[in-house]
Amino acid sequence: MLSGIYSLLMAGAFVVLDAVDVAFTEAAVGAGISTVLMLGTLHLTRSREKIPTHGAFLPLAVVLLTGGILLYATTGMPAFGDPDAPVHTHVAPRYIEETPEKIDVPNIVTAVLASYRGYDTMGEVTVIFTAGVGVMLMLGGRKRRRDSDKEDGV
Amino acid sequence: MRHHLVLRVVSKLLIPFILLFGLYVQFHGDFGPGGGFQAGVIFAAGFILYALIFGRENAVKVTPPRVLQALMAFGLLLYASVGVVGMINGGNFLNYSVLRADGVAGQHLGILLIELGVGITVAAVMIMVFLMFTGRGR
Amino acid sequence: MTAFLEHYNYWIAIFLMMAGFYTVVARGNLVKKIVGLNIFQASVFLLYISMGKVEGGTAPILSGKPEVFSNPLPHVLILTAIVVGVATTALGLSFIVRINESYGTTEEDEIQHMDDEP
Repeated sequence: MLSGIYSLLMAGAFVVLDAVDVAFTEAAVGAGISTVLMLGTLHLTRSREKIPTHGAFLPLAVVLLTGGILLYATTGMPAFGDPDAPVHTHVAPRYIEETPEKIDVPNIVTAVLASYRGYDTMGEVTVIFTAGVGVMLMLGGRKRRRDSDKEDGV
Repeated sequence: MRHHLVLRVVSKLLIPFILLFGLYVQFHGDFGPGGGFQAGVIFAAGFILYALIFGRENAVKVTPPRVLQALMAFGLLLYASVGVVGMINGGNFLNYSVLRADGVAGQHLGILLIELGVGITVAAVMIMVFLMFTGRGR
Repeated sequence: MTAFLEHYNYWIAIFLMMAGFYTVVARGNLVKKIVGLNIFQASVFLLYISMGKVEGGTAPILSGKPEVFSNPLPHVLILTAIVVGVATTALGLSFIVRINESYGTTEEDEIQHMDDEP
């Protein structure tokens, strides 16, 4: 499916932008898991889309307007790859300088993920856990009598 | 998928290496690209490949939903309890430097444990979601 | 023209974002809406990662010699966001499967129509 290819291309773009960890994740998640889930959903639902009855002009106008405003806003943003951009001068230099002495793992992304930003990561894991519980509650119940694994239901 | 001989043989060969690669990514995350999130997803991909090729019934035997439920919660609890142990040892929540006498070694231990927790939760959730979707049937 | 050359990463992100936004707004099919949300989400990832890029920098992995690194902070944020994104996508898709079981359709206006009828 196209979205899998899209994710793979996105992963390539991340490698070019020096974010190897992110590229790794995107390739594994986007091209693997989410494509399988999407195909599974299409199998469970109808795969044909109805022809839309209402016109596309209002959504198009809204989208173009929003896009125009956002493009205008980019003129106030720092240039691409600028080392003096605000994002590079706040906490990132401290992470890069302190990691060798204080944590001493070569991969700075892991150090920031697990140690400096441990609270964030714990929140993210909680979100994943909650989403898993949500999917179990939505789809785990028994649907028909002859479900082979109905005693496994939640 | 009873008669796809090539698929069955090739995936039987590949699955151990996928799982091994998942473990490598998990424990090599300190040194190169990788970590709990990626490892969990790769690990889950191995099991999902197994379920796709050999059928859902066999996959449920390998990873029973009850075990997956327990693992989902266990990973998160492992993460949080590392933080609590840090508090008991006199530091802040999720401060790993107090886990060992040497601060740097404590950081290494803390990072290893919480990455393990992340990996377990992510892998269990992904396999669980896949089993739920395929268990729905039509 | 220089404005475009210096900010082309934002322009690409905005194009993708608007493509996803249009899919969400204009399509009535719920699965297509989720696909649109995924495109939107990926554009945000691209925005963050491209902001973290430093001219002449390398991947943030220490290798002994002094180097210029890309900013690791956006990488961390997006790394977790991708996995959270797939988890929430799975939740959304599970809602769609349940809606399809109850209503027999995944079209927004058909569901609305059925709800309006007593």
